[in-house]
Amino acid sequence: MSVRFLLDGEIVEITDVDPTSTILNYLRYRLRRTGTKEGCAEGDCGACTVLLGELDEGAETMRWRSVNACILFLPMLDGKALLTVESLAVDGKLNPLQACMAENGSSQCGFCTPGFVMSLYGRTIGASGHDLPVADVVAGNLCRCTGYGPILAAGDGIGKLSRDDQPTMVALREMAETACAGGVFEDRRWFAPRTPEALAGLLAAHPDARIIAGATDVGLWVTKGLKTIETMVFIGNVAGMKAIVEDEAGVTLGAGVPYADAHAAFSRLHPDLGELVRRIGGLQVRNAGTIGGNIANGSPIGDGPPALIALGAELTLCSTAGRRTMPLENFFLDYGRQDRQPGEYVESLWIPRPAPQDIIHISKLSRRFDSDISAVCGAFALTVENGLIVRARIAFGGMAATPCRASGCEAALVGKPFAAETIASGTIALAGDFSPITDVRGTATYRAEVAANLLWRLWYRAQGEDISVLALESSHG
Amino acid sequence: MAECDPALRIAAKPSNAHDSARLHVSGAAGYVDDGAEPIDMLHLAFGQSEEAHARIAHMDLSAVRAAQGVVAVFTAADIPGANDVSPVAKDDRLLADGEVMCVGQALFLVVATSQRAARQAARLARISYEPRAACLTIAEARASSSFIEPTQRMARGDARAALSAAAHRVSGGFDIGGQDHFYLEGQIAIATPGEDGQVHILSSTQHPSEIQHLVAAMLNLSSADVTVEVRRMGGAFGGKETQAALFAAAAALAAHLTGRPTKFRCDRDDDMIITGKRHDFRIDYDVGFDDQGHILGLQLRLASRCGATVDLSPAINDRAMFHVDNCYWLPDIEIVSERLKTHTVSNTAFRGFGGPQGMLAIERIMDEVAAFLGRDPLDVRISNLYGPGRNVTPYDMVVADNIAPEIIARLRREGRYDERAASIEAFNAGSAILKKAIALTPVKFGISFTTTHLNQAGALVHVYADGSIQINHGGTEMGQGLYIKVAQVVADVFAVPVSQVRITATRTDKVPNTSATAASSGADLNGMAAHNAAMTIRDRLTAFLAQTFACAESEVAFAADGVVAGKEKLSFADLARRAHMGRISLSATGYYATPGIAYDRSTHKGRPFYYFAYGAALAEVAVDILTGEHRVLAVDIVHDVGRSLNPAIDLGQIEGAFIQGQGWLTTEELMFDAKGRLLTHSPATYKIPTASDRPRHFRISLWQDENLEPTIHRSKAVGEPPFSLANCVFSAIGRAIAAISPEKRSLPPLNAPATPENILRAVRGYRD
Ligand SMILES: Cc1cc2nc3c(=O)[nH]c(=O)nc-3n(C[C@H](O)[C@H](O)[C@H](O)COP(=O)(O)OP(=O)(O)OC[C@H]3O[C@@H](n4cnc5c(N)ncnc54)[C@H](O)[C@@H]3O)c2cc1C
Ligand code: FES
Ligand code: FES
Repeated sequence: MSVRFLLDGEIVEITDVDPTSTILNYLRYRLRRTGTKEGCAEGDCGACTVLLGELDEGAETMRWRSVNACILFLPMLDGKALLTVESLAVDGKLNPLQACMAENGSSQCGFCTPGFVMSLYGRTIGASGHDLPVADVVAGNLCRCTGYGPILAAGDGIGKLSRDDQPTMVALREMAETACAGGVFEDRRWFAPRTPEALAGLLAAHPDARIIAGATDVGLWVTKGLKTIETMVFIGNVAGMKAIVEDEAGVTLGAGVPYADAHAAFSRLHPDLGELVRRIGGLQVRNAGTIGGNIANGSPIGDGPPALIALGAELTLCSTAGRRTMPLENFFLDYGRQDRQPGEYVESLWIPRPAPQDIIHISKLSRRFDSDISAVCGAFALTVENGLIVRARIAFGGMAATPCRASGCEAALVGKPFAAETIASGTIALAGDFSPITDVRGTATYRAEVAANLLWRLWYRAQGEDISVLALESSHG
Repeated sequence: MAECDPALRIAAKPSNAHDSARLHVSGAAGYVDDGAEPIDMLHLAFGQSEEAHARIAHMDLSAVRAAQGVVAVFTAADIPGANDVSPVAKDDRLLADGEVMCVGQALFLVVATSQRAARQAARLARISYEPRAACLTIAEARASSSFIEPTQRMARGDARAALSAAAHRVSGGFDIGGQDHFYLEGQIAIATPGEDGQVHILSSTQHPSEIQHLVAAMLNLSSADVTVEVRRMGGAFGGKETQAALFAAAAALAAHLTGRPTKFRCDRDDDMIITGKRHDFRIDYDVGFDDQGHILGLQLRLASRCGATVDLSPAINDRAMFHVDNCYWLPDIEIVSERLKTHTVSNTAFRGFGGPQGMLAIERIMDEVAAFLGRDPLDVRISNLYGPGRNVTPYDMVVADNIAPEIIARLRREGRYDERAASIEAFNAGSAILKKAIALTPVKFGISFTTTHLNQAGALVHVYADGSIQINHGGTEMGQGLYIKVAQVVADVFAVPVSQVRITATRTDKVPNTSATAASSGADLNGMAAHNAAMTIRDRLTAFLAQTFACAESEVAFAADGVVAGKEKLSFADLARRAHMGRISLSATGYYATPGIAYDRSTHKGRPFYYFAYGAALAEVAVDILTGEHRVLAVDIVHDVGRSLNPAIDLGQIEGAFIQGQGWLTTEELMFDAKGRLLTHSPATYKIPTASDRPRHFRISLWQDENLEPTIHRSKAVGEPPFSLANCVFSAIGRAIAAISPEKRSLPPLNAPATPENILRAVRGYRD
């Protein structure tokens, strides 16, 4: 019952696994690898960034991904390879990326630096998200000293670095034979099932068990809420949960697909959806956080649900009793309450492909563009035929206790010409759909005002106006 | 890296990389939390007040004591000596004594076998409070006349008369938010008990001496019994000037009482709740001016939220008053500065120390005057600049090296201000929901601690017999590159490569009675002190060489390829060995006190500053008037660093300071609820800039004329001044909003920070 992982080519075995102990604390206080830093212990600063390597399905290839070690639990390391900042220098000689950063002023106080090194190193070796611009790759890494310029320059200046992953893959394949199925620590139990049947069986036997997918929500309950969790079921290794199937009709995603892996498929569904994914957390959060977790968490400000509801997504739940499929909006019953029976888990999501002529518009509004939670997230899918709106699906996050549709607004639009007057009446109807709350992310007034303005934004965009400051160039040219 | 002037590469002073850069990138740089923990080490957490203002009726700590892993729980009654962690006023308690003054205030100290156990146990206390009336905001404190010290007034001439005589007169006001430091390394300290009651403290602090003195008084020890050490901090920005003492003192107390080593590693959210921040301000003004926009009379009120205790608020608010003039001649002026006491965390030092708020106030007034007259704000700024015959500050200091006009002219030209202003106007005419604007604002920042006696420093230099050199000084390294700058100064004295100089951790047992590393003074003071120490040794070596080789002292020279004495030439290592054999002392202390400064706080007149550092910045922004989103599209900067000690380090300071200032004025928002609880206590809700917030066009040029004053190598301080360059972002956002009604002759009612919500509110307010 021990967790084993590969660190710099050596297998590390942990026998006394506290399933809520974080990888960061294990590295720092057990292995004394203190290069990896804690800046927040809540996934928001990237000082704890490490690379996790795992075999792809089929075990022919492998993939590295940057993750925040501060909110990953030890069992999630089982059967994986880990790279930390200490892994990069060879015989005391800095890796070219490190050397460049040391020379060009990429560090001042240096506390954020190991995290940036790992994010950028991942980009140079083709890790998950390596095709993103440098600023996106480090969007989950905060630096308070440098202003980022030298860091971005180092990332842009370094090309691909070669890395021989053959030995790692051989070792990972061997370790896969002896994967850890779970354990007991003090009076707490944890499981790591490998098949859907085993998962369903475990959940039937332990209906109170807490499912852990990417732990980007649950991790904080432990590090900030100081909670103990009696029974944990880690679903990261369940076969098939990470499948993405794209066809003409749409996309089916396993609940365990991390946002980073769905990014490309989402962009192909619609560029706005791709842009929304780009702005969910930082890359480390998207590398761990799953689509199923985002939905199952039921947060009123989760970013996936409003967009997916507007697009007409359907959710499939599974248990030993069988499957149920429902329109995604029906899953959210009330604040903190979802239509999930004991023993059920979220299995997959199907998203229909929008028709090319559909008007799709998705906007996330937050204080900061990157790595921030929405104050309001609005998603619109309109079908316009012969100048008439024949179909409207409109959903919002941040406007009510759950992500939900703006049915009054939809009704005000359908059957009307796609014209400014209709938009104006739509905004009036929208005001009746929601009574948003005031909280730290926005006042009720702001939320109501921008929700209406997002409908206007859709209209202006349809008229060919620039609608996002993100796309503007400066007058310097 | 920020695009920089290629000429800098061949500047006289080398751009050595940060001395720890290679350690930073490899994860090998040691911070307080990185050393091996002794097996008997204990971990700490505070029980925190949930009330903003209350008498503590009863603390039931039985559940805390009984919790798993808890070794001890201490309260104020357990403190042997002074229950005080304040810098000046003796009003900050380590542990609350009967009364709580803000939410998050430390009530008791949990000592446990792990950090988690300590934190968990701390939440189990049952505290009964007798709540008292609390005032939380500037407005509430003002209404109940709650001040930490008497209201201060700095004035010249007759502002009232000038106002009534002026052709035009406008009054207005706005709010400026506070700012959390968000150093990446949180507050931390390790205390280790030594023999005979002594204690050693490893602390992430900008002010080791203060911690030493506070801990000595707390434990009834002498200062000689307490040693405080800091090699480097993972960021500080003023947040570890006074705020580190609480954690260090707690660790020392627990170590003293348990006899075991202790570590206080504060959780991020607790850190944000417990520690002080940049002061938020309310600015109100009444300004009189002529047709050209010359300011003739100004009455200005600066009201700041100081929080529950005094901390450094008097000096911070003084500095706000000192910076109201910025680069402008304000003939008849009255500044009234209210320092409000509230039941919120005590606000503290933060890069700029009140200066940025003072400067933002006058920049807002410039924009207001320009809007009223329908003139370009830059022209209004330029017509108000200091110049010949109008070069005395409201506190009677002469502005000797008034280089702001030249800096502005260069930036206007190189940043193509006029051309771009025109093209932006055309853009706005054709864009319904996105509006652009540019703004250029200058900076003049006074260098010196305004508390005169703090302007002193000491250093210790050893030359070993193998020719290697060790230096130590009272300054602390927080990423600003102080150590490498001082090492370069010392290496230059002996003409050896900087790699031959080993920089060692700042320790109170090496250099005593030091000032905080603050007020941008680190390199000025410690560089000079180290220079003096090194010169003492060099003078001894020179005399020794002259005697040994029978030459004149004037025939001795230290050069890169060796030391010359008459006709002899030897390596520095050889010289060191011979000098040691010749019984010459190769160790010296050095000392420096800034000359020529004097300031009378009772009248607010005098020369508080040794010199000024200048700069100017030009920002272009775009604002979305439907959502309140904005983007900083381009920034151009010209900044004065004197004859730079290290241009690469200086560029890094300028760029980092600008982005930090941009964050203060845009995304970083501190919000408290009606009970005085901080709502934005984590990076999930408190948003500092990310990499993509850095404008894609970002050009920094250094202004490298030498300092008029004989500072170390005629350089200038660089830590704080560039922070206020970001004021141009706030001006530009206001101007972009104003573009929705170009015919209007007023300013949008924008408050800082310009969050989407505040921008949208200003849009609405400007429309109505
Ligand atoms: C720094 C940071 C930034 C973030 N930014 C964003 C953001 O911008 N937008 C956003 O929407 N979210 C954001 N999040 C929240 C979080 O990342 C997402 O909600 C994520 O998708 C959760 O997925 P997970 O796999 O990590 O869930 P987990 O934390 O593993 O689980 C979350 C919840 O879902 C349950 N669960 C998980 N999988 C299943 C399943 N298959 N069946 C049933 N129940 C399940 C768990 O039991 C738990 O209750 C952020 C989080 C962090 C830490
Ligand atoms: S420590 Fe901040 S993200 Fe992990
Ligand atoms: S270098 Fe200090 S936080 Fe990045």
